[in-house]
Amino acid sequence: MTGRSAQRGEDLTILTGTHFMNGDEACAEGGVAAGCAFFAGYPITPATEVAERMARRLPQVGGVYIQMEDELASMAAVVGASCAGARAMTATSGPGFSLMMENVGLAAMLEAPCVLVNIMRGGPSTGLPTLVGQQDVMQARWGSHGDYEVIALSPESPQESFQLTFEAFDLADMYRTPVMILSDEVVGHMTEKVIIPPPEALICRARRKRKPARRGFRPFYPDSSGVPPMVFAGEGYHIHATGLTHDEFGYPVITPEAQERLVQRLVRKIRDHADEIVRTEELYLEDAEVIVVSYGCSARTARAVVEQAKRRGLKVGMLRLITVWPFAETRIRQLAGSDGLKAFVVAEINSGQIAYEVERCAEGKVETVLAGFMGGRIFSPEELLPIVEEALR
Amino acid sequence: MIEKLVRPHGSTAAKDSWQKGHGDHPLDRFLKEGRIPHIWCSGCGIGIAFTAFVKALEKGQFDPDRTVVVSGIGCSGRAAGYLDLDTYHTTHGRPIPFATGLKLAKPELKLVVFSGDGDLFAIGGNHIIHAARRNIDITVICINNFNYGMTGGQGGPTTPLEARTTTTPYGCAEHPFNLIYLAKAAGAVYVARWTVLHTYEMRDAMIEGMNKRGFSFIEIISPCPTGYARHNKLGSALDLMRFYKDNSYLADVLDPENTALPFKGRVAVGKFVDIEKPTFMDMWETCVVAKAEKR
Repeated sequence: MTGRSAQRGEDLTILTGTHFMNGDEACAEGGVAAGCAFFAGYPITPATEVAERMARRLPQVGGVYIQMEDELASMAAVVGASCAGARAMTATSGPGFSLMMENVGLAAMLEAPCVLVNIMRGGPSTGLPTLVGQQDVMQARWGSHGDYEVIALSPESPQESFQLTFEAFDLADMYRTPVMILSDEVVGHMTEKVIIPPPEALICRARRKRKPARRGFRPFYPDSSGVPPMVFAGEGYHIHATGLTHDEFGYPVITPEAQERLVQRLVRKIRDHADEIVRTEELYLEDAEVIVVSYGCSARTARAVVEQAKRRGLKVGMLRLITVWPFAETRIRQLAGSDGLKAFVVAEINSGQIAYEVERCAEGKVETVLAGFMGGRIFSPEELLPIVEEALR
Repeated sequence: MIEKLVRPHGSTAAKDSWQKGHGDHPLDRFLKEGRIPHIWCSGCGIGIAFTAFVKALEKGQFDPDRTVVVSGIGCSGRAAGYLDLDTYHTTHGRPIPFATGLKLAKPELKLVVFSGDGDLFAIGGNHIIHAARRNIDITVICINNFNYGMTGGQGGPTTPLEARTTTTPYGCAEHPFNLIYLAKAAGAVYVARWTVLHTYEMRDAMIEGMNKRGFSFIEIISPCPTGYARHNKLGSALDLMRFYKDNSYLADVLDPENTALPFKGRVAVGKFVDIEKPTFMDMWETCVVAKAEKR
């Protein structure tokens, strides 16, 4: 087992070519393509297909799949595997996402790179197991206690589920942070064409190759980017990693100074690189009078509305958030100041989560309108269009 | 007679030599530089169990580059931070799933979970039974001091009936777990219990457990003079060691069902389970990987 364990296997057997698969399966294939070697999860609708696919695929590519006793354990196992050097992943939905928050905090504190897929369903509590919601957006950002930053990506299609999950592993490694795929039941259970490029076209941005010197090694001493180079268990560094506030050696230091230094760095290693991380898709933004801001499955309806409006000669554009976190703050501030813009319409399946972020960044220069739907179904263009038209007036 | 308490770290010279790094003790090489003094109270048994573990590392000739210790939260959980190995101090109750992930991702490593009874059997209770059921190849060393020491002596899943703690001020009304019985029932392939009086047996059990393929479980009965003994008028640490000496009995012929630890009762010690069973990774290789068709 040793030769095939953990580290990205040489015998990586990724799928290539054109496939007909749902968003959940595409997330799993994105992970396999990225060299994910460990998956720990717990069955939950509508994310179970990710685990099922991984259970089938990982033994084919030298990885390990384990179904844990709950989501607390799943996330803890993912962080453990990450500390051993494996690209590690889990997948869940609302109730499981809540349980995973405990060890999302641990991953943030240990700076353990990992990928967590959340196929969002309607909540609160057990809510709508089989039906869509986008109500976990703020939880993704603030769900675990304490201050930290995460990266969250929101795919709008199975194809993008593949691509973003693939890229999530690179982001996790680069910034040593949990990365979330905020998908939803509609995208997760939608079956579409997914084109998987040949392996040579799927380039993982390499993890740090250079091994630091052992003598005097400080496992949490950052390089110029604010991120410490990561070493793994069993490499001879004899590191200590703790969920307690710690110094650069990893030793617990329970002082305000150590807290200031550590937490500032954990937050800033993402915030300071937000402009490099943030990705959006922009449609008809030049001279737009109303910009529809959306993400995930909601963006599919938003796109239809924007195209309809375009055909009718209305000046409506779309800003699709591919990264939900960190937030596309700079871009929205820029857009808010553009001539002729009257309003942002934020279309999402919740009672207002990203809308508040947009409102904050609009700084009162233009109106922010929430097109919020409570979930259970994806809203139709006929429901969104009147809200856009109202904002145009 | 009031004697001035002699504390080695009270004098500056001693403090310097302790904190600068390794001292002269031959076992110091297993400790991280400058991490001593530890946080444990005087009279606490965790230090004795910790020393037994360090001696097990030495006598068992375990490779420090390939041995990883994972701990949870609580007094025992602090052990990880003193060892010069790769060590992880994780979330409360989760050292076993964390170690599971780490072990499965790098099976060539030797994984030891060193933690307390509250961490492993209350908040982490679900994880220990499932890791034992799956026969994950890790060794769990559980320091059982019958209470939550770190938070000041509250009752927990091992607190004996009628024992007093800060949250059972009139006596504990709950039946405690018998950890040995539970570990066996859950499927552990090696189960032993010793008290901190049994330093050699404890050390050898740790070596045996670490060399055992599969889920091994070692319970160490430890005095907690500050948190538990005080409320129950059990006396000083020395009194408790005398108690262990007079009241522990080798019971490895007994069914673990009959090894419960009644309040102020006798302590059954010994090795209760030592069987062979395929590990999770054994089964993963033979039952899963071998059959996983290529594509």
